[in-house]
Amino acid sequence: MNRTRAAWLFLAPALLILGVFFLLPVLAAFGLSLTDYDLYALADIHNLRFIALQNYWTLLQRREFWSALGHTLYFVIVGVPLSMAASLGAALLLNSPLARCKAFFRTALFAPVVTTVVAVAVVWRYLFNTKYGLVNDTLGLMGIHPVDWLGNPHWAMPAIILFAVWKNFGYNMIIFLAGLQAVPGDLYEAARIDGASAWQQFRHITLPMLGPTLWMVAIITVSGYFQLFAEPYVMTEGGPLQSTTSVLYLMYNEGFKWWNIGSASAIAFLLFAILFAVTMLMLRMGRRGGSV
Amino acid sequence: MSPRLAKALINGFLIGGAVIALFPLLWMVSASFMQPGEASALPPPLWSAHATMRNYQELFLRAGMGRYLLNSLLVSTAITVLSLVFNLMAGYAFAKLRFAGRDRLFKVLLGMLIIPAQVAMLPLFLMLKYMGLVNSYGGVIVPAMATAFGTFLVRQYARGIPDELMEAARIDGASELRIFVRIVMPLLKPIMVTLAIFTFLTAWNDFMWPLIVLTGQEHYTLPLGLASLSREHAQDSELMMAGSVITVLPVLVLFLALQRYYLEGLLLGSVKG
Repeated sequence: MNRTRAAWLFLAPALLILGVFFLLPVLAAFGLSLTDYDLYALADIHNLRFIALQNYWTLLQRREFWSALGHTLYFVIVGVPLSMAASLGAALLLNSPLARCKAFFRTALFAPVVTTVVAVAVVWRYLFNTKYGLVNDTLGLMGIHPVDWLGNPHWAMPAIILFAVWKNFGYNMIIFLAGLQAVPGDLYEAARIDGASAWQQFRHITLPMLGPTLWMVAIITVSGYFQLFAEPYVMTEGGPLQSTTSVLYLMYNEGFKWWNIGSASAIAFLLFAILFAVTMLMLRMGRRGGSV
Repeated sequence: MSPRLAKALINGFLIGGAVIALFPLLWMVSASFMQPGEASALPPPLWSAHATMRNYQELFLRAGMGRYLLNSLLVSTAITVLSLVFNLMAGYAFAKLRFAGRDRLFKVLLGMLIIPAQVAMLPLFLMLKYMGLVNSYGGVIVPAMATAFGTFLVRQYARGIPDELMEAARIDGASELRIFVRIVMPLLKPIMVTLAIFTFLTAWNDFMWPLIVLTGQEHYTLPLGLASLSREHAQDSELMMAGSVITVLPVLVLFLALQRYYLEGLLLGSVKG
């Protein structure tokens, strides 16, 4: 068998699937976003019209789109730093020579990551219950009045953020832990001899050494958090008062509830464009900081 | 700070963290054995006074949970096996075989890593509708049969295989397929295990795409079944907890059994930036 032919035969199944079921739909999504594909076109393709950038223009004037984008940004801007701080804190604790039973703690802290979002979101919905929920119960012990977590538009997003941090922090914890273990021990040794405090060691050794990892984790986490969907779908159904409707939730409703497929494709593409711009910006910032 | 105090603080924080991480899962298990309404008592009890299997019986006998469980097993296993085979073949070709346009094609593959999957979902749905795959297992399985990420992961790993091994086999007249099966695959075993667990967990936990493509209950996977039950039975917390246990337990057990491979894969995958 000819070696080049063998190579193409090995590649063929994967390339075919990725091409037909991923690349082609991505390109088609852009095409669809330039049409008014809706329920009528779904019934009879002759009802389809090319409307150029009309969908984008309409979207940019719709309040729902801006508020969905606002909720998503809220989730990203508050959720990502919280989540990364929790990951870094847990990794620092696990990396400490004073910590006991490290394997157990690592597994315990990581466990939420492998669970199914839908299932644990159902669990947290009960934990967040105003009356019977154990979250309010615990807060009550500290003298804090019950909060209507999922029923109050001001508290629903914070509740979802808390849930997301709980669910996800273990993932980045493992990456940070590997980064911390790669920091040469003699750096700390030298700092201790010079009389540096624990905080100074963290600030001037740990953080700079972890720099590239921090940026990489930030970029991946931001792009993951922009794709918020299952959490509000299960916990709040996008409410109350649309306060947890994310961009993807809006796309889902627009496309698969109202069958405005052209307009939903435009939402998907705008999300992609935003995500791309944010990633590029973060890469550039990381490079300027000299760490990526 | 005295070393003793530091030690107490660090381990104290770790215990606190572990309690926060595990408590919701333990409470889920505990509440799943409670009598109807028991979890909504004031103050909420931590465990049942009269433990019962009734919620589980109800789920399997009346709510069709057994069906969802089988669907989830079927879909996740099929995706894992098929995508493993195709990603291995492609990853190996990218790493070790020479052909025109390899580098350019690999760049396209890398580019695909940054495109969010949701961008493809609307046209994919229409396409599968015309192909008659909407509301069938195929609708979930077929688009997941190969991934850019899996191919990339295998390629990175396979680059470490020394070329001499393959050359020697070629001189002995072995076919390319034979070389792949007899020489390359055994060497790729660690990455195969890692990729298999990763794929299985991702497929099992996947929600948005199955929600879109599976329109009838008979094909629902566990997360879909659970989400739809939770909209109908929002008040039956004990029942919902039992449903959550059934959904989470298989992946949690799988993770605990193969933890080492999973965490290794996580670190391998994270260097993709």
